[in-house]
Amino acid sequence: MNSVSEAAAHAIGLVLEADPKLVGIVLLSLRISLTAVFIGCIIALPLGAAIAVTQFPGRRAVIVVLNGLLGLPSVVVGLVVYLLLSRAGPLGSWGILFTPTAMVIAQAILITPMIAALALQVVADTWHEYREQLHSLGERGLGAAATLLWDLRFSLVIIVLAGFGRAASEVGAVMIVGGNIDGVTRVMTTSIALETSKGDLPLALGLGFILLTIVLALNAGAFLVKETAQRRYG
Amino acid sequence: MSAPPPMRASVSLLPLSLEDVVFAVGTRQIIRGITMTIDAGPRTIILGPNGAGKSVLLRLCHGLLHPTEGAVRWNAPEVSGAPRRQAMVFQRPIMLRRSALGNVTYALRLAGVARSQCQQHAMEALHTVGLEAYAQRAARVLSGGEQQRLALARIWALHPEILFLDEPTANLDPGATHEIERIIGALHAAGTKIVMVTHNLGQAHRMGDEILFIHEGRLAERAPADRFLKRPDSPEAAKFLEGELPW
Repeated sequence: MNSVSEAAAHAIGLVLEADPKLVGIVLLSLRISLTAVFIGCIIALPLGAAIAVTQFPGRRAVIVVLNGLLGLPSVVVGLVVYLLLSRAGPLGSWGILFTPTAMVIAQAILITPMIAALALQVVADTWHEYREQLHSLGERGLGAAATLLWDLRFSLVIIVLAGFGRAASEVGAVMIVGGNIDGVTRVMTTSIALETSKGDLPLALGLGFILLTIVLALNAGAFLVKETAQRRYG
Repeated sequence: MSAPPPMRASVSLLPLSLEDVVFAVGTRQIIRGITMTIDAGPRTIILGPNGAGKSVLLRLCHGLLHPTEGAVRWNAPEVSGAPRRQAMVFQRPIMLRRSALGNVTYALRLAGVARSQCQQHAMEALHTVGLEAYAQRAARVLSGGEQQRLALARIWALHPEILFLDEPTANLDPGATHEIERIIGALHAAGTKIVMVTHNLGQAHRMGDEILFIHEGRLAERAPADRFLKRPDSPEAAKFLEGELPW
């Protein structure tokens, strides 16, 4: 118990003095996960909304697959991206394995189906309510998808943050494709795993505090935005 | 009251013809072979008991539903993808999470009005319905009556050739109902053909020039409003009027 409390005290010290190593790891983590979320949103939000408002053969199968991918295991994504980017793989010539770019790709692949599936659900529910009115005004297809995305912007913030939470907290995929190289591809989750196995609990705990704080703060912020917006816009 | 933007084509949409229109869900026929013509001009009120198929008939005319059999034909059919020349007001209007002004400009942009002119047309429409002061207010926090007026502002800005209304005052108090009726009257005066479903015989009396009486999915009677409300021809209509409260 003593060693844990000592480690915790040391961890708080590291956070308060903004230890450069710790700050570097946190910034890299944020850069990778935010980029992955940005790419994921650009693809997933229009995709989910488009599937929600259109009818096409195989639509149900697409929805079932998308929902199934909600539980995509991160290590499997890591493995697939590793195989694609490794020297012998089809994209080996890019030479980006064990770089932050590879980690962004892995995280984006991990969260894109998740954001798309959740956006689809939210947009489809609202589309059911809005369809007649928007059709009456002459809105169709992808235009309707764009209108609904904008109308549901405050609800979608929560989904985007859920995507960020998943990206920032996963360890399997970034460990495999990033390689956990000190100063290059070492992020919060891989550091925590490594430092814990090495017995350096203060750094692991410090990173754990920061990771938890970032995720909690973002979710609290999103909740407040949604509440305020709902009061204002109904 | 300033003139709405002229968005009418040279060839009129009207008359609208329904040819032996049937609409069925599964094996249940909701509309059972209606043939009729709706001409420009007089205000048409659709009356009938609950479940008669009035709202479905309105949606078939407006193109939100497609007939299982028969055809709905316009004099000059709308071109797919082109701005619509007809509009509909629902019992419960759907407002987007934007300002009142934003909801009107959205409809104008869909109708192909240049972005630079949207704001001016939208403000004129809001002025017409008495919501000018609420232009920047979020549409969804307005009261039921104000939202319905906003829905009519959207219509005013579009200036359609024909407007379908599905019980637009069903959930409103007498004051709000009066205001909605005034705006519908102004739309009619500006040249928009009115086709309205209502349950309110007083409203049918006040606003109707002709009545279409729907009973069990069929057009049971069509007559001038005054005559229909005093001496209906069909026994179904007579029974319906007896069952209703006097105005």
